[in-house]
Amino acid sequence: MWREPEPKKAYDIVIVGGGGHGLATAYYLAKNHGLTNVAVLEKGYLGNGNIGRNTTIVRSNYLCPENIGFYEHSLKLWEGLSRDLNYNVMLSQRGALHVFHTPAQRDVAVRRGNALRLRGVDAVLLNARQVKTLAPLVDCSSEARFPVLGGLLQPRGGSVRHDAVAWGFARAADARGVDVIQNCEVTGFDIANGRVQGVQTTRGAIKAKKVGIVVAGRSSQVARMAGLKLPIESHVLQCFVTEPIKPVLDVVVMFGGGAHLSIVQSDKGGLVFNGDLDGYNSYAQRGNLAVVDGAASAAVSFMPRLSRLRLLRHWGGINDMTMDGSPIMTRTPVQGLYFNGGWCYGGFKATPASGWTFAHLIANDAPHELAAGYTLSRFETGRVVNENGAGPAPGRH
Amino acid sequence: MQITCPWCGPRPVEEFTYGGDATKTRPKTPDTAGRERWMDFVFYRENVAGPHEEYWQHVGGCRAWLIAERDTTTHAFGRVALARPAATDEP
Repeated sequence: MWREPEPKKAYDIVIVGGGGHGLATAYYLAKNHGLTNVAVLEKGYLGNGNIGRNTTIVRSNYLCPENIGFYEHSLKLWEGLSRDLNYNVMLSQRGALHVFHTPAQRDVAVRRGNALRLRGVDAVLLNARQVKTLAPLVDCSSEARFPVLGGLLQPRGGSVRHDAVAWGFARAADARGVDVIQNCEVTGFDIANGRVQGVQTTRGAIKAKKVGIVVAGRSSQVARMAGLKLPIESHVLQCFVTEPIKPVLDVVVMFGGGAHLSIVQSDKGGLVFNGDLDGYNSYAQRGNLAVVDGAASAAVSFMPRLSRLRLLRHWGGINDMTMDGSPIMTRTPVQGLYFNGGWCYGGFKATPASGWTFAHLIANDAPHELAAGYTLSRFETGRVVNENGAGPAPGRH
Repeated sequence: MQITCPWCGPRPVEEFTYGGDATKTRPKTPDTAGRERWMDFVFYRENVAGPHEEYWQHVGGCRAWLIAERDTTTHAFGRVALARPAATDEP
């Protein structure tokens, strides 16, 4: 799949973090900017972090202008990614459906759908009968705990095989000359005269002209080693998969009844879903049983026929929750040091565009126009990108 | 997870609402505190991996605001105290 190179003494660019975003950044540095003297340093093994812990959903139906353009670019990259990487990431554009249950939610869905269509993104408003036809598992009866009024469908949304994304980007970056180095933890940054000189690692010092930090879940710790403080809290989000069953759900469905709940059926047949954040700062990659219970209850009230299924596995991932719910991709006060993180729940679907725009930022020392709204300075000016209007409370986005 | 409330004893965490980092202090002079100071209070967090001092409110019990120390890497609670010393009956 890829080489296992020894770290060299020096590189032009070092990417800290071999997750999906880090690997994508290295790939696009090589492909779009011709920069191949690049190393990706991963403290564990590839696919060990959030790239393998998400619910595999891709879509671009956001509301804020800063997000629509960015996530739509990401979805377009997903659409060509298997061919581009010469590696099947198993994109399945089965549609992503946000179900709504109240007239107020319908108004919001209509507004969002119109905002998307104005920007050329696909959005279709469905009534309850159409929801029933598309997703017969959803309880659309009047007896439902949260009666279904309709849904906002993005037909081009869907699901991607998440591990394949890590492997595909790693293999393609490696083929272009990037050194992907596993089991190499960064323990410090060498900074002199306000400029980054390189990194200290568990496998020795590595010089670098430019360094990019992309370490979802550990952003605050790694950034602190470079003297940076961030508007981020780390929270645990739990995900679940049921025992495998025959195909019953050929659309990605998001519940609107007062809880975060997305359900997608994997190619193996398991129903993969996630709940709300546990709601307190955590680095433990595991959470509480009450959240398991809450997510399962929501799933059963939404799709009553799931009640006989057993949970096969459940796990937690650490989300960088920013204070406005949107990511941070930015230069830092240290010359040559760049930061990319704070993806909240949106990290997986953002992977290709995050790599694309972060590579642009590193190569040109200037933000890509699609990610220009994600700089750190927005917290100083107050021009936050707050998709939910939830205020500066990271657990609420 | 259980939190030992000073009034109610050990209770399951579901009875409590999380209130975030308890080390942040609101600017004492809101009008004259500068933009940097407000930005730090509203947005910036240490986000420590390890012992974390944080607010919890016992909404499903006595409704008191508490300050707890909890390790964010293990979820183990340390000291839990009232956020504000209790009022006494004496005048």
